[in-house]
Amino acid sequence: MGPKKELRVTDLDRSARYVVLFLIISGIFWLLFGTLLALLASIKMHMPDWLGGFGWLTFGRVRPLHLNTMVYGWASMTGAGVALWILSRLLKTPILLRGYIMVAGLVWNLALLAGSVQILAGSSRGIEWLEFPVSTMVVIVLCVLIMSASVILMIRYRRVKQLYVSVWYILAAFLWFPLLGLVSSLPIFDTPTVQAGMNWWYAHNALGLWFTPIGLAAAYYFIPKVLGRPIYSYGLSLLGFWGLALFYNWNGFHHLIGSPLPTWFVTISIAASVMMVIPVVVVAVNHHMTVVGSFSAVKYSPTLRFVVFAAMSYTFVSLQGSTQALRSVNEVIHFTHFVVAHAHIGMYAFVTMMLFGACYYIIPRITLQEWHSKALIKWHFWLTAIGIVIYAGALQYIGLFQGWDMNNPDVPFTDTVSMTIPYLMARSMSGFLMTAGHLIFAWLVVKMVFRTGEQPDAPLIWEKIRREFAL
Amino acid sequence: MIRYSILVFGILATFLIAMFGLTILPKIFIDEGVTEPVYFTPFEVTEGHRVFVREGCIYCHSKQVRPEGFGADFERGWGRASVATDYRNLLPHNLGTMRTGPDLANIGARQPGEDWHYLNLYQPRAINEESIMPPFPWLFEEVGEDARPAHEGLNLPDEYRVPGRKILPDDEARYLVAYLLSLDQQITGVD
Ligand code: HEC
Repeated sequence: MGPKKELRVTDLDRSARYVVLFLIISGIFWLLFGTLLALLASIKMHMPDWLGGFGWLTFGRVRPLHLNTMVYGWASMTGAGVALWILSRLLKTPILLRGYIMVAGLVWNLALLAGSVQILAGSSRGIEWLEFPVSTMVVIVLCVLIMSASVILMIRYRRVKQLYVSVWYILAAFLWFPLLGLVSSLPIFDTPTVQAGMNWWYAHNALGLWFTPIGLAAAYYFIPKVLGRPIYSYGLSLLGFWGLALFYNWNGFHHLIGSPLPTWFVTISIAASVMMVIPVVVVAVNHHMTVVGSFSAVKYSPTLRFVVFAAMSYTFVSLQGSTQALRSVNEVIHFTHFVVAHAHIGMYAFVTMMLFGACYYIIPRITLQEWHSKALIKWHFWLTAIGIVIYAGALQYIGLFQGWDMNNPDVPFTDTVSMTIPYLMARSMSGFLMTAGHLIFAWLVVKMVFRTGEQPDAPLIWEKIRREFAL
Repeated sequence: MIRYSILVFGILATFLIAMFGLTILPKIFIDEGVTEPVYFTPFEVTEGHRVFVREGCIYCHSKQVRPEGFGADFERGWGRASVATDYRNLLPHNLGTMRTGPDLANIGARQPGEDWHYLNLYQPRAINEESIMPPFPWLFEEVGEDARPAHEGLNLPDEYRVPGRKILPDDEARYLVAYLLSLDQQITGVD
């Protein structure tokens, strides 16, 4: 093949426009729906009789649907859109199979809709993180597979020699997730304890092998991009990537400490969880050394602000996870609200905030529009950041006491329930803050995409660091 | 190109090895011991398990007792450490990860009264004012006071009574309670 024609970034972005927008906006729709479910579930926990007569709105259906819409709707769809866009930029190739991806996105949305109705109607599969019926799950996996094909083709027809670290992560994510989804749908896990093993192998890997690689790919892309300087160390990137691939895969059974599964499987997972410290610290150092000296740029770039918050959360939540896997710690926090908060630091403070940051960068470039209000973006950031900090702080604080008291047989069990009530209320409060943030975000996106109102003449946010425009 | 091949190979190999280690290997080790015993699981219990799954009890109740010395499960009277055969091969598994409410692995032995369970399912606060368990009134039927004289309505405290009406458990409530009562580590139903 002769030398390929150079494409300008504006050409790449133009061709990415509809696919990426469709995926991101679908994700935002599910974010809003999932947020509504979150509020319902959270409030019901301290007001159990509220809407208590409706079977389809009972806590035990709303809560799993909240998780499923956030995971397979918001984070997966928006994450896929962000990943494909980053890939197109890094490989200097338009997103391939665009028509097929549009169809896949449409089918994916319909599958989510069908799955949601099924869970509310009571046909949940009943396995945490896998509550959608197998049929729904298989459809979603097939949709992702089409995107995986696009990823592989884009790498094949790339116009650059080197594969940047973000490309490794995105390729891995798009190979790992379909495999995960397919294995979890196999009918071979037909005894309860074996199924429990598969359950936590899957659930932990959905975070570790799908959302984490996409989130890290975004961090590796946006931090250097916004700051206009290269990533600190190639060697550390390499170590971080292979460390994650080696150790994260084995983490799942730390959710089963003390369960009837054979101890030695659990021990392997505990060891692997502790080993995760290596890739996590390596990635943290790499990002920190890239940002160091330019930290004030987070004030001017909304992308950087969200992304740095998310990257720091990743370090925090991962180190916390390694600690939680230790038997002595797990003895206390397992079965408590502490773990619920931990999961939200992962899926929200890390993954969701990373995706927000990415959207702030991507959407103006593919729509050739400007964000309408600098002030509202700030509100979005602070509402969600403060929201998740209150959420995590309240539940992890009381989760510790809940765990200690549960392990003290002199304390009546009811006390471990009533002590949590004020903190469950604080969680609902934080939920309202985050909801407000999401509504602002959705409003900003709608205004931009549907071109309502006056367009600002000059970029509202970027004036302080023009450098960012130097692509 | 060699680099790219190594990348793809590494991504797949790390995944597949761990997949084998954490899903297939446990299957090989555990399945035989679990599938061999004969479980006498009545229809009501199987159906009750279905209702248990449908209503999402698992998001607040674990069903796995940790070994003595690890936590205070034993001291709380929740039973001995759970074993793989306790679960009667009912799918989906419900080992659970949350104890907003108490562990239920041995609830049939701890709380053998059917009427107690009906009351707790219809309105948990009729039993314990501080409980935050949701009510499940759609598993019950509300009938006139004089209807079906052979059946007595739930013995509710005044504040939850509907004047002139009585509350009777539906089939689904009966199945669910049969399931809860079957959760007794002494009679696991194993031959
Ligand atoms: C929102 C969380 C929640 C859900 C969902 C829930 N429960 Fe509960 N459950 C509790 C709490 C809290 C208690 C009482 C704790 C206390 O003693 O204060 C409780 C107590 C119980 C008890 C008595 C346990 C004992 O040891 O005395 C049983 C039995 C029970 N629940 C069964 C169920 C069943 C069956 C379902 C599903 C249909 C269910 N629960 C759904 C929270 C929940």
